[in-house]
This record gives sequence, structure tokens and C-alpha cells, in this order.
Amino acid sequence: MSKLSILTNGILKENPSLVLVLGTCPTLAVTTMAMNGIGMGAATTLVLIGSNMVISMLRKVIPDKVRIPAYIVIIAGFVTVVQMLVQAYAKSVYDALGIYLPLIVVNCIILGRAEMFASKNKVVDSILDGLGMGLGFTLALFLMGTIREVLGSASFFGIDLGFTPIRIFAQAPGGFFVFGCLIALVGMITKGKAIKKKEMGCAGCPNASACAQASEGGCQ
Amino acid sequence: MKEILVILFTVILTQNACLSKFLGICPFLGVSKKLDSAVGMSVAVIFVMAMATAVTWPIYTFLLAPNGLEYMQTIVFILVIAALVQLVEIVLKKYVPALYRALGIYLPLITTNCAVLGVTILNIDNQYNFLESMVNAVGTGVGFLLAMVLFAGVRSRVEVSDPPKSFQGIPITLVSAAIVAVSFLGFGGIVENLFA
Repeated sequence: MSKLSILTNGILKENPSLVLVLGTCPTLAVTTMAMNGIGMGAATTLVLIGSNMVISMLRKVIPDKVRIPAYIVIIAGFVTVVQMLVQAYAKSVYDALGIYLPLIVVNCIILGRAEMFASKNKVVDSILDGLGMGLGFTLALFLMGTIREVLGSASFFGIDLGFTPIRIFAQAPGGFFVFGCLIALVGMITKGKAIKKKEMGCAGCPNASACAQASEGGCQ
Repeated sequence: MKEILVILFTVILTQNACLSKFLGICPFLGVSKKLDSAVGMSVAVIFVMAMATAVTWPIYTFLLAPNGLEYMQTIVFILVIAALVQLVEIVLKKYVPALYRALGIYLPLITTNCAVLGVTILNIDNQYNFLESMVNAVGTGVGFLLAMVLFAGVRSRVEVSDPPKSFQGIPITLVSAAIVAVSFLGFGGIVENLFA
């Protein structure tokens, strides 16, 4: 796989939110405004690049049996660093993201990429993969945030667009609805080209075996 | 007493973990296909949430906060939860095999369930005392159970319906979740007036 295709893979073909449907909690929760979507995306991208890099460096050192706890510690470390950076330099984003910022730790995109990519590939490739996946995630959050902000608050990046907003799009149900419609749209546009969710999304999740067992073929 | 009841009903109805705070969406979408697995998962979540809060709240209050280590919160909490889930799994397997058979397969899923970490962090953010934290944890779990059971019922109908091709699978599930979430919006304001 060429370096470029590793990078673009995460942005379109294997977009973590819209194609693999991973990391649904932040995708739904913080996208009431386009700006929050970008903030969340950027924070996640930083964590992804960092954790992918370190896990790839340590891939021959970490014993197989304790790899998941080891990954979680590495990821939690980066999340704490990013949390402090955001608090120091972007206080408004920090306040808007609230509890969802520390919850990046349990975002399955990050653990999924560690398990599927960083633990098997070279450092440079892993960094590119983290960057690509992060950009894809940011793009999806920005798209969701734009739709929900324009329809739900009648504004775009805080600029008033001057029509009566459909408030429900800024509330919880709107999140589910817009996300469902976006996934359907991506599925329709990329018909057949987008990777099958069943093969990729669940295999990437470190809980795949337990989850499939729990729901007997659910998670599709 | 009034504060306790307000917290309990708020997290179950108006601030439902799944349907208004978007915590624990992965199991909400993944394990809600069948009613019995939905109930099993939720009971395991209630159990782990209560245990996690009982451990993380004292750790934060008596260990991290007095020593100025608040920034270690995220790392410590996720490690404690991961270790706790492992421990519970081992103990159940050895001493309560019946319970292990019912909940065992759901336990490994819960480590990375953001609702559990979310509750423990919210307890600290909201500056709840120990009792309030426990009520918040159990209430959030019960809210999760309520959402899962309701949604499992909705889904059993959605599964046999015939949506447009591009909406099949996850998209139609999300759209039906939106409708369930609308029904929970109806609880808005009820808690404040109930105990006024």
C-alpha cells in the first residue's frame, strides 16, 4: 500500500464515522455546532496520531496478552495531554466539549486503529493512518455539525442566517436522524465501493468477539 | 432526600444516558436486537457502574484531589474500570457461575463503554457527594436499561420492515432511535415540577 493511499483511506473509503460507524458517541453528542465538530475532530486526530505512533514503536515490546490494557494506558496518556492543551489554548472549545473530551479514551476508533493498524505496521505508516483516520473523522463531524447548526440554530460558525430554525435538529433526536441519513447517503453514493461495514467496522473493534457473542451477529 | 430523588429521575428520564447524552451508543445499537441480550447487557452495566463509582469516587476524593493530581483523573479512572471489570469477571466465574453465564459475555464489552467512564467523571464534575454519586450511577444504569428495553421492542418491528435499500441496517436503526429520543423529550421539565 502506498503512503498516499494509507492517508486517503481513512478520509473516504474507510471513513471511521460514516462508513465504519465507529466512535458514534462523540459523532452524535458534540455536533450541535460546526465549530465543536472541528474541535472534537482535531483533538481526536492528535490523540490518534500520537497513540498510533507510540503503539507502532512498541509493537514488538508489548506482550500480546496485555496489549489492550497497554494500549489504553498509552491512549489515556495522550488524551490527558490533549485535554490540557485544549484547556490552555481553546477554553471555549474545552467548555463546549465538556465530558466528551476525556471520553476520547474510550472512542473505539482509536483502540480499533491501534489493534488493526498500528500493532502491525511501521511507524511512518501508522502516523499517516492516524492522520488520515483523524481527518476523515473531523470531516464527518464537520459535516454533521454544519447540517445540525444550519437547520437547528439557523447559523453557521455563529453567523446568523436569518430564518426560523428547526430546533429539534440541535437536540438529541436530530443527532440520530441526521447521522442515519448521512450514513444512508454515503452508502448510496459509494454503492459497493465503500467497504462492507460487517467486514471492517466490527473487525476493527477490539470487542468484536465479545460483541458478536453478546448480540449473536448484531453490530451490523 | 429531595436532591437525591431529583438526581435519580433526571438521569433516568430527562437526561437519559443513551437518548439525550449519547453515552453508550455502541451497545445501544449493537446489543439491542434481542430483548434478553438487551436486558443482560443493561444489568451488567448497572452493576459495573455502581462498582466503578464506589471505587473511583473515594480514589479521587481521598487520593487524587488532596495531592493535586486531578489531571491524572482520566488515566486512573479508565485503568480502575478496566481492572475492576476483569476482577468482577474472574470472581463471578469462580464463585457465582450462574450469574457469570448470564452476564459474563457482556462484561468485556463494558470496559470501553463510554457510559461507565462518563458517569464516574460526571460525578466528579458535578461535585456530588458519595451518596449522590451512587444514586447517579445506579440511576444512569436504570435509564440505560429503560432505553435498551424500549429500543429492543422498537427494533423487533424495524427488523421486519422494508425500508429503502440505502436505509437498510444502521441508517434505519438510527432514524428509529431518533423517534424514541423524541418520546423522551416529552419528559422535559417534568422532574423540576414533580418535586417543586
